[in-house]
Amino acid sequence: MTAILVYSEQLDTALELLGAAQTLAPQLDLTVSAAGLGAEAAPQAAALAARGAAPVYLCTEPALEGLDTGVAAQALAHIAEQAGARLVLLGSTRRGRALAGRLAQRLGAGCVTDASSLAVEDGLLVAGRYNLGGATVQREALTSAVQVVAVMPKVFAADEAGGVGTVVAGADAIVDVSPGLAAPAVRVVDRQPREGETVDLAAAARIVGVGRGLAKRDDVTLGEGLAAALGAELACTKSLADFGWMSDDRIVGLSGAKTSPEVYLAVGISGQVQHTVGMAQARVVAVVNQDKDAPIFALADYGVIGDLYQIVPALIERLKTL
Amino acid sequence: MCVKTNPDLRLMRVKDRVPVLEAVPFKVGDLEKNALEAALQLRDAAGGGRIVAVAVAQGDRKIRETMKEALAIGADEAVIVADPALDETDQAGVALVLARALEQSGPFDLVLFGEGSTDGYSGQVPSRVAELLDLPELGYARALEVSGAGPDGAGAVLRAQRSMGDTLETLEAALPAVATVVSEINEPRIPTLMSIMKAGKKPVAELTLADLSLDAAALAPLRAIKSNLAEEQLRKRVLFDGEPAAQAEALINALVAEGVLGR
Repeated sequence: MTAILVYSEQLDTALELLGAAQTLAPQLDLTVSAAGLGAEAAPQAAALAARGAAPVYLCTEPALEGLDTGVAAQALAHIAEQAGARLVLLGSTRRGRALAGRLAQRLGAGCVTDASSLAVEDGLLVAGRYNLGGATVQREALTSAVQVVAVMPKVFAADEAGGVGTVVAGADAIVDVSPGLAAPAVRVVDRQPREGETVDLAAAARIVGVGRGLAKRDDVTLGEGLAAALGAELACTKSLADFGWMSDDRIVGLSGAKTSPEVYLAVGISGQVQHTVGMAQARVVAVVNQDKDAPIFALADYGVIGDLYQIVPALIERLKTL
Repeated sequence: MCVKTNPDLRLMRVKDRVPVLEAVPFKVGDLEKNALEAALQLRDAAGGGRIVAVAVAQGDRKIRETMKEALAIGADEAVIVADPALDETDQAGVALVLARALEQSGPFDLVLFGEGSTDGYSGQVPSRVAELLDLPELGYARALEVSGAGPDGAGAVLRAQRSMGDTLETLEAALPAVATVVSEINEPRIPTLMSIMKAGKKPVAELTLADLSLDAAALAPLRAIKSNLAEEQLRKRVLFDGEPAAQAEALINALVAEGVLGR
């Protein structure tokens, strides 16, 4: 067991994981390799090799079309064994989480999903993950011989990959593998982009979040106005999506996006952990709420206790003068 | 379908960074209620079938009461695996026990889970069970339907719709299969007084590890929990007083000073 193996079907996520692996590798005395899966993964494999993954294992067998988790787990288990991987790092997207459990089972590995921190303590990898609906962080030391960790997006910066001390290898660092994968048991009938506008809250630099402090559906426009004035994306608590006032892809929290913006402005949000778990990584948190005892104020860098129906228009007016 | 008992997090408090779970009631997990509702709807669409709720008893999580709730909602029977060795195990151990219990509870068409539990939310167990049973997994379903079954149920295909970030997918797999559901899939029904009374008469089987040809050694955890504490809040907690216009002025000035607004 001499290697960390990095895989995500998304290049930006794979680069974040590569940066994390390169930070951990010297502490664990491991090398860093990566994997690319699928007929279209060759450019990604080259990009990972260029940022210092050595080698990058590339499997392009037709069974990987659609990236069924069962087949992807077969391929990655084969690669992990060939690479002598002690640790496999995956991205904790929906696809990555499902893959993590299946791969860990195949490898007899301990596993942590949704990891929001990684550290080495006494020679063991310790992963932190939110627990109890986000109220706590559970820190788990992985004690098995092989380990699988799915890391939340944006925990590490993609540009950390290829940092100081990395040996940058060329395209000859790519190793083709052909394990002879079984055909997928799951068939992709249809795959299409989501209709209408899509919002990527995980990538947003500024977010205005609204909650049940809004009295009625029409008042969502107030949040929209503030978001527009701030150059921010509009997000909400699960309640507002459940009311049908906003779409599910605007939920921040346990059942929605985990965000890490420069600034999160929470308006009319009480601060239940189910929501705050999705905003805890914001660099600056600002809060507008009329209840001075609302738990959200414990999470605020800057807080305004007051009626959002007065504060928000005042904020919009002030932003116009910037 | 598989059930885990979950603390009612709405009633949980944190004291000195430590979660306080004493006196917090346990119940069927929110997403597991969606999974049970999906099972009931699929059964109704198929015109019949048996819904078995399977659970692993861990610690003092009051699994028997929770399973009564599952039976009151509509499961036909319950299977509970109870053994002291289960208290210390992890997701790998739970998955192994569930897989064996599923195999033992007779032939099945579909194993349903919530996409994660209310408390831990790791989502590992369904994927591990699918791998152990060598079954296809349709994860994160927001719609499920079964089609193409012959008179004896053979040839049936499970179709799932799911949202994977920026794409919508429709997937199919032959039964038997494993599926997990998200909360959008349905609105779980609430048990009626009549169904709660009937639940007491439904069969509940209790199994030990020995019944499943397992022992404590097979369930040794692959990870050690070092701590489980609320994060320290290092926020500045500056409050701005005054008239709304003055508060707005101060807040925007603070955000500009932080370098997150303006140029």
